[in-house]
Amino acid sequence: MEFDPAMLARIQFAFTVSFHIIFPSFTIGLAAYIATLELLWIGTGHERYHRIARFLTKIFAVSFAMGVVSGIVLSYQFGTNWSHFSRVVGNVIGPLIGYEVLTAFFLEATFLGIMLFGWNRVPRGLHVFSCVMVALGTTLSAFWILSANSWMQTPAGHEIIDGVAHPVDWLAVIFNPSFPYRLAHMVTACYLTTAFVVLAVGARYVYSGRYPEDGRTMMRMALGLIAILAPLQAFIGDAHGLNTLKHQPAKIAAIEAHWENEPGATGVPLVLFALPNDETERNDYQIAIPHLGSLILTHSWTDTIKGLKEFPRADRPPVAVPFFAFRVMVGLGILMILVGWLGVFLLWRRRLFETDWYLAPLQHIWPIGFVTILSGWFVTEVGRQPWVAYGILRTADAISPVDGWAVATTLALFVFVYGIVFSGGIYYINRLIAKGPEGAAVEPPVGVPTRPLASAHKATRAAINNPGE
Amino acid sequence: MFVGSGMEWYLPVIWSLLLAVAIAMYVVLDGFDLGMGILFPFAASDVEKDQMMSSVAPFWDGNETWLVLGGGGLLVAFPLAYSIVMPALYLPVIFMLLALVFRGVAFEFRHVADTSRFLWNIAFAGGSTLAAFFQGVLLGGFVQGIKVENNAFAGGPLDWLTPFALVCGVAVVAGYALIGSVWLVMKTEGAAAIRSRARAKMLLPVVLVFMAIISLWTPLAFPRIAERWFTTPNLFYLAPVPLLTLALSYYVWRWLEKGHDNLPFFGVIGLFLLGYLGIGVSIFPYLVPPTLTVWETAAAPASQVFMLIGTIFMLPVILGYIAFVYWLFRGKVREGEGYH
Repeated sequence: MEFDPAMLARIQFAFTVSFHIIFPSFTIGLAAYIATLELLWIGTGHERYHRIARFLTKIFAVSFAMGVVSGIVLSYQFGTNWSHFSRVVGNVIGPLIGYEVLTAFFLEATFLGIMLFGWNRVPRGLHVFSCVMVALGTTLSAFWILSANSWMQTPAGHEIIDGVAHPVDWLAVIFNPSFPYRLAHMVTACYLTTAFVVLAVGARYVYSGRYPEDGRTMMRMALGLIAILAPLQAFIGDAHGLNTLKHQPAKIAAIEAHWENEPGATGVPLVLFALPNDETERNDYQIAIPHLGSLILTHSWTDTIKGLKEFPRADRPPVAVPFFAFRVMVGLGILMILVGWLGVFLLWRRRLFETDWYLAPLQHIWPIGFVTILSGWFVTEVGRQPWVAYGILRTADAISPVDGWAVATTLALFVFVYGIVFSGGIYYINRLIAKGPEGAAVEPPVGVPTRPLASAHKATRAAINNPGE
Repeated sequence: MFVGSGMEWYLPVIWSLLLAVAIAMYVVLDGFDLGMGILFPFAASDVEKDQMMSSVAPFWDGNETWLVLGGGGLLVAFPLAYSIVMPALYLPVIFMLLALVFRGVAFEFRHVADTSRFLWNIAFAGGSTLAAFFQGVLLGGFVQGIKVENNAFAGGPLDWLTPFALVCGVAVVAGYALIGSVWLVMKTEGAAAIRSRARAKMLLPVVLVFMAIISLWTPLAFPRIAERWFTTPNLFYLAPVPLLTLALSYYVWRWLEKGHDNLPFFGVIGLFLLGYLGIGVSIFPYLVPPTLTVWETAAAPASQVFMLIGTIFMLPVILGYIAFVYWLFRGKVREGEGYH
């Protein structure tokens, strides 16, 4: 059997990087949330902040471990599978990743030890400090890796000598044209992802009546964040889109499945649904709203954008994946805004914790951020094809001189191992959530609705949860 | 070989030394926690297993970060070498990474698991052992040389698979098990410590035999290495390396006999560094033996300088907070004691 090494290498990287990004998407926001909870604990003295922080730290530990091990894999795949890429752009990309290791990885890995195992060993202040350092580390990591990715999308500050990229201006490399937008978009996305997980877990506790006090705190905090960040994210996304239109017009044309401007056209329609057809270079079964595309993309009624046919076939991205993934992302983004605003409205009317029709489905909303982030990355990564470094190196030219069968073997192993690890991770995280915060009151104690009776209820809860122990 | 002067000569030399330090840090630090994993199946009880796990729990993530720095450092400072060595050692690199995935998640899963705990014990021990084995294979595959044409890897996916590389793999498993056992001598109490001491005394001669085999095999099989060691005046400069190794092994043995807790660990670190130095002497200045040197594979000077500035500032800071964490979690882990 013949294997196409380039396609296999792409599938392998798409698989390992998609698997990896799930965990940072969650831990970047979660680290910041745990740090906030601990600061609130110190500031207010309320034990419930401590309890929730401690509970979420356990989930953080499991998620972070999966992020670390799948991240190490990626740092080596640049060489094992994309050696020509490393050679051509290593001078520029290498230091960005190097700085990620130096400024972020060691910081988070070291203080993670204190965060996870230091509860009874270090003073409260040092523990809070460690949480803040872990949160800082995860954010710095996002800074550098998004800078590297953005440079691959919109390269700047370099020159090409003998086919190899050499840095000329490091500030221009780091703060390349798409970087500020991508960083803001991704970090906001991470916070939203975490907020929706916290919201869903809180809803689960409130709805089922277990740990209602902690559940209410989690829901309030998450909803407040979502109500502000979800609409803000729409604006950031819009700005990011305009930036992409300027630097990667072919990607926007693919996202919109916009093949060409009809002669005499006065504006670009917004395609709501279609089946883009690469063969005939048109959309089948198209449903579109006239002029709305112009309004969104150019913020005018009549301006047009380049159609796909204006790019040579060899320079066009595939259309279907960016087109559909973009619609999934935007659709879920709108859902996030609605859920957030509805929740805040119910909270304001003091009905949130009794509104079952809102709480019941909300328990299951936790994957929304992950799906949205993956969709967004599929849009931007597939949309920049056929380039791996835009205008510098084509993806097909970037691969390693490794036989197809070797790549196929490792791809099968990755699917097998990650399948086990992912199932295990989901199973154990769910178990931690089912177990709930330690020391939390199962029922609101009669007459003292806001104070936990930790020790009295702990034994009861343990007996209920772990009858075997 | 590059003959020149100024920055273009110094930078690659500085970077090869920094990279050597990063890899040495990795081998010592992740060495003991992988070694603990290799010894995991030999623990007498679940209590002892927990005790072993707790002795490295706060550190393992930081230890493994040196591996990212090693790989990342090679990409940063010597992208050409990175782009040749990684495809050449494709399968063992990926096997090692997958083994590390298993053992890494097992740390956390095992703690949350209940009835499935034994499965994660197996994943942890198996992952640790295979990761160590493939690291040894990588070392062997690297030392024995890589086929290069037009500055790219020109061999097949199984070129690394030689008896020499496999022996190196077993040697590293033995070496990590040794440093894992003396780590446990230092960090545990009670039955676990007693058993670890006995194991260290068993492993020390095994490791010495492997060091001897590799020290003899390399000059016999690779003339370039024989030339490096057995010509004057090199012979006189280099003779202390094996002699020091023997002397230090004797002391480690004595310290273990006399009941010292901490000295054996630092003695074994010394042994590791001597072995490491020996390999460095055999290889330098080649980064893709036997064809490309550190100068020929170096990144653009602008890239090496940019990264060097960051490293000079950050490395002391990193070493500082690593030292702080080791100090914070100092002392022995008692039976039944965990940090969770």
